[in-house]
Amino acid sequence: MRIGVGLPNTISGAGGDLLIEWARRAEDGPFSTLAVLDRVAYDSYDPFISLAAAAAVTKRIRLATMIAIGPLRSTAGLAKLAGSIAALSGDRLTLGLAVGARLDDYEASEIDHRNRGRRLSEQLAFLRGEWPKSDLGPVAASRDGVEILVGGASGPAFARMARYADGYAHGGGPPRAFARAAASARAAWSDLGRPGQPRLWGQAYFALGEEDGGGEYLRDYYAFTGPFAEKIAAGNLTTPGAIRDLIRGYEEEGCDELILLPTVAEPGQLDRLIQVVA
Amino acid sequence: MRVSIVGAGPAGLYFSILMKRLDPSHEITIYERNPPDATFGWGVVFSEGTLGELRDADYESYIAITDSFARWDAIDIHHRGRLIRARGQAFSAISRKGLLALLQRRARELEVELRFEFELSDLDGYLDADLVVGADGVNSLVRSLRAGVFKPHLDTYPSKYAWFGTDLVFDAFTFIFKETEHGVIQAHAYPFDAELSTFIVECNDDVWERAGLGSLSETESIAFCEQLFADELDGHRLLSNRSIWMSFVQVANQTWHDGNVVLLGDAAHTAHFSIGSGTKLAMESAVALTNAFVRHPDDLDQALIDYELERAPVIERFQQAARDSATYFENAKHYVDFDPVQFSFNLLTRSGRIGYANLSLRDPSFVRALDSWFTSGRRDADTLRGIAPPPMFAPLAVGERMLPNRAVLSPPVNDGADHGIPSAGRTEELFEASSSGVGLVLTEPVAVTAEGRITPECPTLESERHAQAWRRIIDHLHSQSDALIAVQLSHAGRRASTHPHRLGVDLPLGDDGWPLVAASPLPYSPGAPIPKQMDRSDMDRVRAQFATATGHAAAAGFDLLELNLAQGYLLASFLSPLTNRRDDGFGGSLEERLEYPLEVFDAVRAAWPADRPLAVRISASDWKRNGSRVDEAVALASELAERGSALFHVVAGQTVVDGTQVEYRRSFLTALADRVRSQAGVPTMVGGYITTIDEVNTAVGAGRADLCILESQAVEGGPAIR
Repeated sequence: MRIGVGLPNTISGAGGDLLIEWARRAEDGPFSTLAVLDRVAYDSYDPFISLAAAAAVTKRIRLATMIAIGPLRSTAGLAKLAGSIAALSGDRLTLGLAVGARLDDYEASEIDHRNRGRRLSEQLAFLRGEWPKSDLGPVAASRDGVEILVGGASGPAFARMARYADGYAHGGGPPRAFARAAASARAAWSDLGRPGQPRLWGQAYFALGEEDGGGEYLRDYYAFTGPFAEKIAAGNLTTPGAIRDLIRGYEEEGCDELILLPTVAEPGQLDRLIQVVA
Repeated sequence: MRVSIVGAGPAGLYFSILMKRLDPSHEITIYERNPPDATFGWGVVFSEGTLGELRDADYESYIAITDSFARWDAIDIHHRGRLIRARGQAFSAISRKGLLALLQRRARELEVELRFEFELSDLDGYLDADLVVGADGVNSLVRSLRAGVFKPHLDTYPSKYAWFGTDLVFDAFTFIFKETEHGVIQAHAYPFDAELSTFIVECNDDVWERAGLGSLSETESIAFCEQLFADELDGHRLLSNRSIWMSFVQVANQTWHDGNVVLLGDAAHTAHFSIGSGTKLAMESAVALTNAFVRHPDDLDQALIDYELERAPVIERFQQAARDSATYFENAKHYVDFDPVQFSFNLLTRSGRIGYANLSLRDPSFVRALDSWFTSGRRDADTLRGIAPPPMFAPLAVGERMLPNRAVLSPPVNDGADHGIPSAGRTEELFEASSSGVGLVLTEPVAVTAEGRITPECPTLESERHAQAWRRIIDHLHSQSDALIAVQLSHAGRRASTHPHRLGVDLPLGDDGWPLVAASPLPYSPGAPIPKQMDRSDMDRVRAQFATATGHAAAAGFDLLELNLAQGYLLASFLSPLTNRRDDGFGGSLEERLEYPLEVFDAVRAAWPADRPLAVRISASDWKRNGSRVDEAVALASELAERGSALFHVVAGQTVVDGTQVEYRRSFLTALADRVRSQAGVPTMVGGYITTIDEVNTAVGAGRADLCILESQAVEGGPAIR
């Protein structure tokens, strides 16, 4: 199992210089991937702009959206963003897409929320189908130039993943929750007759050391889920032991890549995480 | 801490006891609207698993509870005048009244304040307590006062039940099935002390209506049930304690706490009584809530979050099992024709918590009887075989062919065909599958013509040259193993002309593709071309192509032919109302939608050698609003069985691309195969993410399917031996 790290692009108040420095240090660290989150109606950096900036200061590390809300963009716009970042980064993009969970992101973007599933399917069909033959270049040089993951927990989401993606982006939780979702992903993959196995990506939040604010950030970021925000905050990994346990648990359940997402935008967080996973 | 508990049921009382043990300085008051000795229901069941937890949580009440237990280790099943006993099922039960009395006593001993006949109408005046516990049962007031936050989901099950007692002391957990003129009525009965047993009578709501049970008085209901179960009651009476007919309500909540108010027991979660876990879950939740305060003595919020995080996944698992168990009883009428031993095995494995392997440990002789019956059709002591293979290894006759066992592989395609001829790599994959020990290998879709291919790499049987290529492969496989080889014959219809599946499925070839045909001119997926609506000449041509390809399949030496009528391919496009908009006699009613697929089936049957079995792949559900459901699949299966189909491969979904309400999990198609098998009375084959031998033995042994398709990973790899 590979370990990736999140870029704090959705933590309010994180400075641009911090994000760039974070990307540089992640590149030099033991991480396979640098991942971003996507929210519109929240004080946060755009995920694609963030990855473009990261692409400019890195050469090796993969760049991933974990996930980006596809239907908020036009299909052509999404293809341009993905193709541009793939080209700028030398084909290092992993494009995780889902319908997202927040109505207000759709309202702020003036996009109809009701057709989100069908729209995402259309986008995926285009990215995987007509895109290379369209005039919406640049197009990734290789298939892995834009690796596609799909997230979501519903039956239609798993079917969409198996139909169009390279793998599944899980939304977080203890290893047993990941295991259930992984079984669903594998079942869907087999049901649609895909050869091999879906790549399985997981994610978890962490905050290491004395610096405060991780829990507050998660309660605020997930306030739209109501009381569920507290449960997400309770899952924040705050000790090296908790992180190691989670890594072991995910590895046992067949996770291919685990992204550890920061909840405190301080460079010290990255240093401490490097010590734990190195 | 000051704690107000609403409701003096097992959950509320037990939580008060545990919190007082944790810290005697906690001030705890329980408010109960009924008097202390009021009780509803008779006995409650505990599994052995729970007892350890109760022992560790409070040894005093554990001793008191276990001293008054009725215990048994068998399940008795009365079915058509026979009694089947399965052992190794350790359970205990206690009278609900006795349980409450001893918990009240223990709570008083620990100085919990109990206020009975205290009716709350709101929480004002109680909220100044540090913690308010809503342990007020399935119709919880606390839950409804905060419904906006808890967001309860109440699911009322369709069957009716009445909760009686009886002065007959059973010596096992007893299920009794009665076939009446109105339908099947069953009893769930178990002893709970030295004098009495619980006796729950349950039936589907339509049976309940026909039997007129709704219009009977309580006394008349008792008389009806006493008469119905007279043989098993053996002269004993049924006792009533407000035993009225009810519908079970499954309670779930999106969140279990709001500020300092928390739900506990049935107020938070219920699970259908047929898995006997309601009280157990309630008391375990009380343990979990208390333990959360051990972990977070000074942080109420954290404790309540912890409690919910720990319990919610456990409850979800039990509710899934309970739902599956309740569904079994709703469908019991379809199983009553089973042989008693299979009927019993099906009942014992209904909830998915116990399978073949687990039952083999609990009661080896029961499983031996199942194995023996399965291969020999005999089960009585004098005809019982000493040993017999487990169900997966029992041979199966399909038509005139004999499959050596019940496991099937349908290896996924890594290396596609070139101009319809399977590649060397694909041949090797099929060879590996046939040498793996399974009884049957099923190919990928093999198209009747190049036009019917899903992708340019799909194999076909369009010409004699293709038949010869397959002949070489099949001869090779046959020379190396006993496995039979089945061809899956298909025409992709509107799902044709797409890219190979390495990058995805249903990705249209675009300009490199070929024209599509379907029942109606509806594109399958985003970006897919609009298929031509087949006219009569197209239909004649394609039917002839199916017949020709069938002849080639016969010449190639396939043992079995599976005609694909599912998954949104050509013939399926006629069957589903979602994809068939025709009004020319080939669309509309089920009969009309069946018309063309049946024409093709008949042509294939006529072209396929009479001594070789023909199978069909059918969709048991579109899993979509206004789509086909399982009742249509049952009708289709019955029709095709009459026309000569010997085996039914049950799948579902993929009729349309979006919004298919499928629940992907282990063995996710088995319940549908079960429905088709039991209702149409036909042999079924099922896949759906089956990854273990145990799932095969369980599904086949229980009569849910006759053949199981294993995932490839189930036969790959080996133990770490160096």
